[in-house]
Amino acid sequence: MPYLKRFDGRKFDETRPITAKVGIIPRADGSAIFQIGNTTAIAAVYGPRELHPKWMQNPNTGILRCEYNMLPFSGHGERVRPGGGRRAREIGMVTENALRPVLDLKEYPNCVVDVYIDLPQTDAGTRCAGITAAAMALADAGIEMKDMVAAVAVGNVQGSIVADLNYDEEQNKTETEGVADIPVAFMPNSGKLTLLQMDGEITRPHLKQALEMGKEVCKRIVAIQKAALRAKYGGSQ
Amino acid sequence: MESLHAKDKDLVVPGDLIATGMGFLPSKGTYRDGDKIIANRLGLLSIEGKVAKVVPLSGNYTPKVGDKLIGRIEDLLFSGWRVNLYGPYSAVMNVKDATSEFIGRGANLAEIFALGDIVTCKIVNVTSQKLVDVSLKGPGLRKLKGGRLIKVMAAKVPRIIGKDGSMTSMMNQATGVNIAVGMNGMVWIDGTPEGEIVVAETIQKIQDEAHLPGLTDKIKAFLEQKTGKKVEPRAMTESE
Repeated sequence: MPYLKRFDGRKFDETRPITAKVGIIPRADGSAIFQIGNTTAIAAVYGPRELHPKWMQNPNTGILRCEYNMLPFSGHGERVRPGGGRRAREIGMVTENALRPVLDLKEYPNCVVDVYIDLPQTDAGTRCAGITAAAMALADAGIEMKDMVAAVAVGNVQGSIVADLNYDEEQNKTETEGVADIPVAFMPNSGKLTLLQMDGEITRPHLKQALEMGKEVCKRIVAIQKAALRAKYGGSQ
Repeated sequence: MESLHAKDKDLVVPGDLIATGMGFLPSKGTYRDGDKIIANRLGLLSIEGKVAKVVPLSGNYTPKVGDKLIGRIEDLLFSGWRVNLYGPYSAVMNVKDATSEFIGRGANLAEIFALGDIVTCKIVNVTSQKLVDVSLKGPGLRKLKGGRLIKVMAAKVPRIIGKDGSMTSMMNQATGVNIAVGMNGMVWIDGTPEGEIVVAETIQKIQDEAHLPGLTDKIKAFLEQKTGKKVEPRAMTESE
């Protein structure tokens, strides 16, 4: 059966309702919260600061270190095991890779910029929400960035290309039609991709269509990120 | 085609287009991409002639030669001290930069500066790897006794000092509290307990409203209301 109407009545390229706020953690150098539907990501940035353990220090450049953490009560019924795991480490790494292209930490040899991402509530699209929150927190921390980064999941739900899948859509597999879930992150100015992963199967024309949709949606998310950053300083421009 | 896409004093965020055309020059906080000039950090835009610069509103301290700082003696070395600068990098203060008194071979350095002592110092050298040398030789540089330390955002320090020290002198006039401000965002205050509280509150207010116009007048009114004394903004004569 084709998927013509989305479960929550959204348009195919419409995201869930978004709220974004910057500067929510006073002790951190930069922080942000990004909520998209029922997924909430909180990011805190510390640094640049001294890097320990010392063997991780790089005399050529500062490094970026991201930690992704789903809180134990955040998911769908089943308790998430607290602390790092294989999945959390991998997502931490892809988050670093998604953010590193816009950062230049050459001015901070032997130092680290720490990004902690916590997810108190999850309903699919967590790594995307995490990256989006982390980009805002990095900008808030006053770290030099060439551009913002925004991320969103796009995919194919039973033949329809949709943006920002929720948990029900992600799980909506049938015997004949699978679901493709493709988290993407874009730098809006250059339109370049910094994250691309995929679960499921998709045809080549559908993938192209999905990526184009992702790029457009990310541009809209960047506008929300920038508005949130300006709102912290009372600006409405 | 040359055109500006943002005004002077506008708030810009990373990735914002500031200007197009080769006539404009990128300075701190901006970069050139083709014929565009784009902001690469959060801050207030400053356009002086053809030069576009972003004045940061946040960010950690990066050491610069000539900066006056407040640091803490962290460790004793062979011929000097390691000074914690409350930022990503620490500094070394050599004995020859610490005092003009004679220090004999094998002297106990802890008798001159002990672990935990707070000093005002000046950066004399920074290498590409951010190895920092500081000196205690200069006007107003010394060991600080008593008082207390407040940490503020390094990006707000110029506003706390004010033009030629006008802001700190206003706080000093109103409360009689001695104030020393380090570029690394450490502020040392020493005076009566009541005065210290007023100064701490004022500094917090300056931090919160540093990016808004009319700051000096607001702080003047705030101090007058808190202390009941008349204060007059003026440049400082001393360095403290």
